[in-house]
Amino acid sequence: MYWNKEIECMDREQLGLIQLEKLKATAKKVYENVPFYKKAFDDKGIRPEDIRRLDDLKHLPFTVKNDLRDNYPFGLFAAKQEDIVRVHASSGTTGKPTVVGYTKRDIKNWADLMARTYVFAGGNKNSVIQVAYGYGLFTGGLGAHYGAEALGAMTVPVSGGNTKRQIMLMQDFGTTIIACTPSYALFMAETMEDMGIDPKSLKLEAGVFGAEPWTEAMRTEIEHRLGILAIDIYGLSEIMGPGVATDCEYKQGLHISEDFFLPEIIDPDTLEPLPYGEKGELVITTIDKDGIPLIRYRTRDITSLHEQTCGCGRTMVRMDKVLGRSDDMLIIRGVNVFPSQIESVLVEMADVSPHYQIVVDRASNVDSLEVQVEVSAALFSDEIKRLEDLRNKIEAEIQSVLGIGVTVTLVEPKTIERSMGKAKRVIDNRK
Amino acid sequence: MIKQISVFVENKKGRLAKITEVLGQAGIDLIALSIADTTNFGIMRCIVSDPDKAISVLKQNGYTASTTEVIVAEVVDEPGGLASVLGVLDSAGISVEYLYSFVRTPNENALILFRVEDIGTAISALRENGVKLLDSGDVYQI
Repeated sequence: MYWNKEIECMDREQLGLIQLEKLKATAKKVYENVPFYKKAFDDKGIRPEDIRRLDDLKHLPFTVKNDLRDNYPFGLFAAKQEDIVRVHASSGTTGKPTVVGYTKRDIKNWADLMARTYVFAGGNKNSVIQVAYGYGLFTGGLGAHYGAEALGAMTVPVSGGNTKRQIMLMQDFGTTIIACTPSYALFMAETMEDMGIDPKSLKLEAGVFGAEPWTEAMRTEIEHRLGILAIDIYGLSEIMGPGVATDCEYKQGLHISEDFFLPEIIDPDTLEPLPYGEKGELVITTIDKDGIPLIRYRTRDITSLHEQTCGCGRTMVRMDKVLGRSDDMLIIRGVNVFPSQIESVLVEMADVSPHYQIVVDRASNVDSLEVQVEVSAALFSDEIKRLEDLRNKIEAEIQSVLGIGVTVTLVEPKTIERSMGKAKRVIDNRK
Repeated sequence: MIKQISVFVENKKGRLAKITEVLGQAGIDLIALSIADTTNFGIMRCIVSDPDKAISVLKQNGYTASTTEVIVAEVVDEPGGLASVLGVLDSAGISVEYLYSFVRTPNENALILFRVEDIGTAISALRENGVKLLDSGDVYQI
């Protein structure tokens, strides 16, 4: 089953022609409307009309996450503010989020791409799709929501949390597709077992899981325990949100919606493009966006691309499951977390940089975040209530910067492991 | 006024044993001791024979420690003894952050250590009401 067979199974040569036209139009659009890109193109001595073949993409400048932050909040928007109908934001390293904007047409296209994703999972207008991604500035909830509506499915916008109620609704509404993070899917399976509910007694057929890295082993476990097809979706808010790429029942990599996103793999050190099959950093150019089109956006995700037609008949290029990031970003409960965000909170509290350690774990399939802070003379007080206040204040501060819950533990000096004189900042026990 | 030592202690097995061992090896005598704790951490508060040395030894061994000025009052060891001293502080509008008692041999008056916000006012109020306060010379010899 396809959502748009003509596009999804298009001859690659013909697809290339469409992509070239869209790339030319995008380059012209950003050159004329975004001062950042005009300067970046000029610095490289290239003009939009120099693009003659798809291969010319390699001459265009890169965009990195920092560029979005430097132009916070709306500096990279190519559309007029009156034409922007929605913004989303993700966390950045300094506490300022990176902001993306969508025009009415962008929102419609995004919904259409997400609808495509649900069809990969076997969805149709008879489906009951329960969206358990968080709703809000995070793209997960609303992205999955509008896609489900575009598909014509019955959409259940529960957002995240309240697991027993989620399960009750699944039973009562006859949910057929669940959209959430893979770790939450496993947590739901566990809760069902605790409640004495056989997951196989539900109408659930498939899950659309993403927003955090997960392994094939985890997929097998989810499929086995919930008795469903588990589909991996990939997306990032800078590019659009969920629905950039999705794997099909053949599970041979995630099909990138190449009519909207032009993927490349580059060597992160030399920045040179790499051929199909080679592992490197994924770079995406959005070729059909109005709000915030990005040229050669460096995703920091390490993967490789494969162009052979898939068993499902789709010709769209496939990317391997993303298992590693090229920088220090953590994804906790689907939210991007940078250690430097936590550090900046601590520096503000103590005036000096205290020794701290971030411990990420996964208990009952839910990610937990603990920050251990060494109590230095500057932080210490003889009174319990002052120390407790300090602890609560750090927790509240970190929580407001990251948007996710955290446990702060005060520890004795020198108890955090140091190597080569530097404290080890992150311990991720989820692997 | 008496100097009290406060040390940050994690709620973990063996931590107190280690701290007291460090003090013992430096020849420092513990005269009074109290522990305030929460689920995650505690503060060990103590009066020692040589507070300055204790602080430097603790810091050398990587502990976070500080000194706090406290009052040590002699309280008659009979029912109502502590109540009358607390009554004096209450009438003077002074609230007690915490207090704990010294270990003494029988038949002696009890010694109570007080930590208050306004230590000067507390000292004059107690003295005016005939409460005997110990000075550092008295305490460190106990």
